[in-house]
Amino acid sequence: MAGIEVTSLHKRYPDGTVAVEHVDLSIGDGELFVMLGPSGCGKTTTLRAMAGLERQTSGDIRIGSTLVNDLPPAERDIAMVFQFYALYPHLKTRDNLAFPLRAEGLPESEVRERVAEASRMMRLDALLDRRPQRLSGGEQQRVALARALVRRPRAFLMDEPLTNLDAELRADMRTEIKHLQAQLGTTMVYVTHDQVEAMSLGHRIAILNKGRVEQVGTPLEVYDRPASLFCAAFIGSPPMNLIEVEVDDGSLRGPGGLRLTPPAGLPRDRTLVAGVRPEALEVTVPGAEGSVPARVISAEVLGDEIIYVLDNGGERDVRVRMPPTVRFAADAPVGLRHAGGTPPVYDVNTEELVA
Amino acid sequence: MAITIDEAVPGPAPHAAPRARRRGGRARRVVEVVLLVALAAAMLFPVLWMLETSIKENRDVYAVPAKFFNFDFTLDHFKDVFVSPDGGRSDLSVSFLNSVIVAGASTVLATVLGVPAAWAYSRFTLKAKKDQLFFILSTRFMPPVVVVIPIFLMYRELGLIDSKLGLILIYAAFNVPFTIWMMKGFVDEVPSEYEDAAMLDGYTRLQAFWKFTLPLLVPGIAATAVFALIFSWNEFVFAIFLTSSQEVRTAPPAIAGLIGGTTVDWGLVAASAVVFAIPVLVFAFLVRKHLVAGVTLGAVRR
Repeated sequence: MAGIEVTSLHKRYPDGTVAVEHVDLSIGDGELFVMLGPSGCGKTTTLRAMAGLERQTSGDIRIGSTLVNDLPPAERDIAMVFQFYALYPHLKTRDNLAFPLRAEGLPESEVRERVAEASRMMRLDALLDRRPQRLSGGEQQRVALARALVRRPRAFLMDEPLTNLDAELRADMRTEIKHLQAQLGTTMVYVTHDQVEAMSLGHRIAILNKGRVEQVGTPLEVYDRPASLFCAAFIGSPPMNLIEVEVDDGSLRGPGGLRLTPPAGLPRDRTLVAGVRPEALEVTVPGAEGSVPARVISAEVLGDEIIYVLDNGGERDVRVRMPPTVRFAADAPVGLRHAGGTPPVYDVNTEELVA
Repeated sequence: MAITIDEAVPGPAPHAAPRARRRGGRARRVVEVVLLVALAAAMLFPVLWMLETSIKENRDVYAVPAKFFNFDFTLDHFKDVFVSPDGGRSDLSVSFLNSVIVAGASTVLATVLGVPAAWAYSRFTLKAKKDQLFFILSTRFMPPVVVVIPIFLMYRELGLIDSKLGLILIYAAFNVPFTIWMMKGFVDEVPSEYEDAAMLDGYTRLQAFWKFTLPLLVPGIAATAVFALIFSWNEFVFAIFLTSSQEVRTAPPAIAGLIGGTTVDWGLVAASAVVFAIPVLVFAFLVRKHLVAGVTLGAVRR
């Protein structure tokens, strides 16, 4: 087991595209680290550079204390799980699992022992004599995980391993991966574009955008204080409300006079936006104390909650998460009130967190 | 090749027709069948006539009015294709052998060069990749007749005129772009993760390609090679311009050479044409699915 250090990693393709721009990451030993971002943000390229499948233009990668820049993938002592599983189609499950071990030249008795152990762990015993095309997507992914396990690598690299599974199976596999990582305590780097996956799995999350790291933090840090407008819009569903605000008399005032608790040290000379989570707002009866007038545009009844979309005269509509017992009709006049703590505030021009 | 089309492309589902159109269905169907039969007869007649002529006695070949059914059967024309009147090998059989050598060697060459190139274009990010691929394809834009004179002059300088090697090279040059384009489609279909996984398991990139991707490409390679083979086998323009001697000449110009002079032995022409057509028909039958796929390639994204 080992941590992974990435220092000012830069990847520029021959056609001129810059996939990764001077990325620094420090992944701890035994950590489940998630790289999250939209497609084309450089997360997969970063992962492939760690694996050695892609040679970086500049920058260093260390696994444990070894500088691995010039090592071929096989000598980095890592295992990778792919989105399309990449099980060898001509081999049975058993031989797929044994393949990396035999390639390493381990004695057959140990190969058999390790395959049996991995198969027990991932509950594959019934599938050992089948070929990949006779396995379902979920089964194939379990075999792929087991194939990564048998090598007892220093780190696991996961490239969107659940993207091709249906929603229900995805949730199951998510639990399974989390449990497995906790049990083995192996360092795992997990790439995904799904923020729910990132939040539920990661010890820490790195949010990448256009080849740069926008924020690194625990799921709660990332959720509560997104480091930039991009992170604010990317994490959470429905996303954070970005409300244009002015500093007024030591408090923050939004459209229609909506009052927010101001954070300390706000600059006065910039155009600001406050990030307010839908659950930090409240829909009230019109004229309730501390509320500003608003109008219901639509209500999404989700069963366990209702998402109200309100117009309070601002540039953007505001989304509010309410318990299912609170009902307002569409188009009804209502009140809107801030009920949470201090919101993060961003500069519209630099798109960065200012307070 | 008419057999292949209706096999692979399903006709409109019979129940899908709206009610109003179904009422006139029967009459419409009769008209359709009659028209199609007439069309098929017109299209297939030359082929049938060729087959018939190749098995008729000479006097029946020239009979007026023409004999459709009650002719005398013979296989002498086919014997004449392969055996000369004095008992040795006929000139035509040499030409057929040349065709086999030239078409076979040029196909192997185009495949050996084209498949790795297609793999590289599919897997790697290259500078101006699209422009490169377009340039490669552009060599197929113009008809061979346009370039045959410059090629003739170049070949004369290089001493490649009237040699099998010359034909092999020019056919391979024409088939490589085609092979690259067609194979790139097949390589794109094989997930690159197989190679990534193999590389993590300790293989080099080339070993990974050789051991894992290549076996999955075999059907695609076979289909592509058959297309290249058919092209080389049928090619006429370069063959007639770049070869002159009987020992080098391939079958298409040799068969064409039978026509002309004072008398034409139509039985021999027909028999050699039949022998010439058989390999093409067999191979076209083998790749009939891809013939249709080639038509719609790129139209549907899976």
